[in-house]
Amino acid sequence: MMHRLIALLALFLLPLTAQAEQVVAALSQTRVSVNANFDGSEILVFGAIKREVAIPENSPLDVVITVAGPEQVETIRRKDRRFGIWINVEAQVIGHTPTFYSVATTRPLQDILPPLTDSLWKITADKRILPGMRGLPAREALIRLRENDDLYRTREGEVSLIEDTLFDTSIALPSNIVEGTYTTRIFLIRDGNVIDSYGTSINVQKVGIERWLYNLAYQNALIYGIMALAIAGIFGWGASQVFRLIRR
Amino acid sequence: MQIFLPIAEVSVNAFTLLGIGGMVGVLSGMFGVGGGFLITPLLFFVGIPPAVAVATSANQIVASSVSGVLAHLKRKTVDLKMGMVLLGGGLVGSAIGIQIFNMLKAMGQVDLLVTLCYVVFLGIIGFLMLIESIRAIKRARGRPAGRPERKKHLWVHTLPFKMKFRASGLYISAIPPIAVGVFVGMLGAVMGVGGGFIMVPAMIYILGMPTKVVIGTSLFQIIFTAGFTTMLHAYTNHTVDVLLAFLLLFGGVIGAQIGTQIGLRLKAEQLRIMLALLVLLVCLKLGVDLLITPKELYSLGV
Repeated sequence: MMHRLIALLALFLLPLTAQAEQVVAALSQTRVSVNANFDGSEILVFGAIKREVAIPENSPLDVVITVAGPEQVETIRRKDRRFGIWINVEAQVIGHTPTFYSVATTRPLQDILPPLTDSLWKITADKRILPGMRGLPAREALIRLRENDDLYRTREGEVSLIEDTLFDTSIALPSNIVEGTYTTRIFLIRDGNVIDSYGTSINVQKVGIERWLYNLAYQNALIYGIMALAIAGIFGWGASQVFRLIRR
Repeated sequence: MQIFLPIAEVSVNAFTLLGIGGMVGVLSGMFGVGGGFLITPLLFFVGIPPAVAVATSANQIVASSVSGVLAHLKRKTVDLKMGMVLLGGGLVGSAIGIQIFNMLKAMGQVDLLVTLCYVVFLGIIGFLMLIESIRAIKRARGRPAGRPERKKHLWVHTLPFKMKFRASGLYISAIPPIAVGVFVGMLGAVMGVGGGFIMVPAMIYILGMPTKVVIGTSLFQIIFTAGFTTMLHAYTNHTVDVLLAFLLLFGGVIGAQIGTQIGLRLKAEQLRIMLALLVLLVCLKLGVDLLITPKELYSLGV
């Protein structure tokens, strides 16, 4: 009985003690404010590897950093030719997918990440985005469309790792950003295994006039509409007045 | 200078938007069309979501029409009574149009409907106007100018509920103007346009109004139908982007004033032939897009 308990305890403790290398990381900002002149944002991810043992030799260390945007349910439509013209013929609601997904690595993914580890940790877009629907045209199209818009991206070799200890990369958030929580994950990979990971989040929110207008449009639609018309009316009138003065 | 639009949720160059507004404003002032039939496709092109583009165009049309109509009021080239009659029909039409728009939006066919409407109506009207203007110019060349035109007796003159429209010099039934109003209002809500490009020819060819008062009257009623459409889109779809509208109309109102001045210096036939060519050009572009195989068969959202 006692033996078995110790064995069980050891089993739990083993991974902890065996974890000789740990990742410690931070972001240059954990809050992104979307104001009127927002044009994308660069977020610096940096950190270090904490060790209690010497750097193991003969096995390279790699760092993979992923950032996932807030999830949305998407409707994807397919066009086909009907009566000689191209129209939407099929619509498919496709489950929760992040609006943004970026993977940055120290080296090419195929050299550092075996498919099994990838599936286990859902690191690449292919493993992270609806992996159960792989091969389905709509799912492939979704990934392709987002890749074309540079919303899903893979940046191999973009993480710099110095002396197997210090690492950093910058993640460019797009200008057509979706509000919400962006989850950042940092993986330490050695011999094709994830030896440690760290997660944190970035909060993206509209501020100032953007926030105000957005809230007004959704919560007080009537007032918002009247305001839109008032602005239009005043400007139209103002312009004709100004031009009359100029012409005189 | 990039600017983030709160409702469209995209970042766009502010000068691009000012430019689009200005260019369309010039056309608006010249031809008495709201310019929506150009602004909406241009907004699609710079990456504004279609629903936002349609709703916001309506808002910008209000501003350019107000600016234009004030210039016409000065010259007494607005038939207010005719405008009110058209407007009555227009408001009913807008309400129906919004329902159709929302129904098709749910079905994912908004793009198709909008494009088809554009192709069909722009095509027919552009073609008819072109033929008519060419004929008019030929006539003008063939005979000495100044010969009074004989009043034509159109089929619309046989309908009941006759009303006197002094500014237009017409005594016709109220039914055709109301019908024209309903129809144009409906298209306006669906296509994000004021409907001037349909209204103007309808006034000339169906109602038989003199070209002189057509533009001002068309602008007058467009203010209200576009305003009503804006309100409905803002209230039911939350797709009016004030910041986007602001940039467009800032360019637009200035353009409209310039356009009105240009328009006053040109002959009616020349104006019509130019508008016809412009309309046909947009129609051709949209039509070709429907027929050629798209690069990407899938699309997201809306």
